[in-house]
Amino acid sequence: MGLSRVAVQKVGKRFGHQRALVGVDLELAAGEVCALLGPNGAGKSTLLGILSTLVRPTSGAVTYVDGDAARPADDRLRGEIGLLAHASLCYGELTAVENLVFFGGLYGVADPEARAHALLDQVGLDGKARARVASTYSRGMVQRLALARALIADPSLLLLDEPFTGLDRGGALALGQRLGQARADGVIVLVVTHDLEAIAEVTDHVVVLRRGQVAHAVRQRGFTYAELRDLYHRHAD
Amino acid sequence: MEAGLIEVAAPPVSCPPRAAGRTTGAVGPSTAHRTGFLRLAGAVAAKDLRVELRSREVVYTMAFFATVIVVVFSFAFVKDQRALIEAVPGVAWAAVVFAGTIGLGRAFDREREGDTMRALLLTPAPRLAVFAGKTVAITALVISVEAVVLPLCLLFFNVDLGAGVLHLALVLVLGAVGFAVVGTVFAAMLLRVRSRDVLLPVVLYPILVPMIMAGTKATGALLAGAAGDAWFWTQFLAAYDAVFVIVALWTFEALVIE
Repeated sequence: MGLSRVAVQKVGKRFGHQRALVGVDLELAAGEVCALLGPNGAGKSTLLGILSTLVRPTSGAVTYVDGDAARPADDRLRGEIGLLAHASLCYGELTAVENLVFFGGLYGVADPEARAHALLDQVGLDGKARARVASTYSRGMVQRLALARALIADPSLLLLDEPFTGLDRGGALALGQRLGQARADGVIVLVVTHDLEAIAEVTDHVVVLRRGQVAHAVRQRGFTYAELRDLYHRHAD
Repeated sequence: MEAGLIEVAAPPVSCPPRAAGRTTGAVGPSTAHRTGFLRLAGAVAAKDLRVELRSREVVYTMAFFATVIVVVFSFAFVKDQRALIEAVPGVAWAAVVFAGTIGLGRAFDREREGDTMRALLLTPAPRLAVFAGKTVAITALVISVEAVVLPLCLLFFNVDLGAGVLHLALVLVLGAVGFAVVGTVFAAMLLRVRSRDVLLPVVLYPILVPMIMAGTKATGALLAGAAGDAWFWTQFLAAYDAVFVIVALWTFEALVIE
């Protein structure tokens, strides 16, 4: 069973004298797509880093709940988390399949090669591209590979930082559908994006961060682009 | 609405149970837990070596740099028109350590390019397995450079070690392990620091001094035929490695998390 809820309680993060996050409260639930919005430097990527366990909060706590029980932040918890970051998190010297097989092995995926090909089919990296090393890929292809890597262990908490970057219209559409599927599968999805149009329809929960604080949060089953744009302008600008 | 509060504008969306929705079943319930530490460390090491074999960038750079050091010093340390055998320990260990530092920096630059160190630390593999895997790969690179340095030293300084060559190989392997253990911890720690190229030798060399001293003493003793002294320094090197393996295992995770 995967994670059913993630609770962020009064989380703060400092980098030296710089305050990146200040007393952030946030609750993420299974089967919800949460859009984390905010201007550059609002602390969105830092919050993603904390949720992924790669960054330690200076204050506050994050609780990962499985059913009714809190999960300890141990090695196994990380197996439930899929992260798509600014960087590809993949090796340029390896092919797409080699990258996914390697990471699949570290995640304990039963048949990493079959899983790699299935995911590459899903993200739309064709057979020819799969045999090339990732350093020869275009930005969009790297993004597709990075998404496949994030999904390699079928995570129950999916953290996506600007997932639409570099994707063509078809790729963005497919990603939107993938997010809808993840929502239907009961995955907790947190998306940091400025592409409000692409995310609007599948979003259930909007959190606007400004200067490291939650400026606004609202839950609603699906938004329109105009609603998201309006929320952003009212609370982030 | 007040900052920090969550406004629920509509009834909470229904949350299908995760188990029901999970379709692929790609990961068994405790598969990741069962996978062994050694297998995971081996996977990280094999990946690093595969990447290096594909480009050969690091090993060629290290070997070239080490060769230049040995050749230059073999012409610099000359007495009565013969290369000075007494210089061999210092030349060999300086070549290994300096070339090793170049290799260490470049090997971790690769992890920085795609931010892949974060990807490694994000997997459920124990972080110590990641450390062990990277250490094994660095050790292999340093040993490959030593395999170039040792014959070059014997050739350019006209040394005949006889049976002592095996003992010297052991000393060099112990040195490679010590260098890789300490180097991996500091290179991983400095991965996100802007001036890491400058800082790495500054923080690394003071800690490597006992290892370099023991290595040069053991090598010198072997050249002088003093087997007893050589064994003492060999044991010192082994103890150094053991201590720093323990310290590295203890501190690695704390040092690499932001």
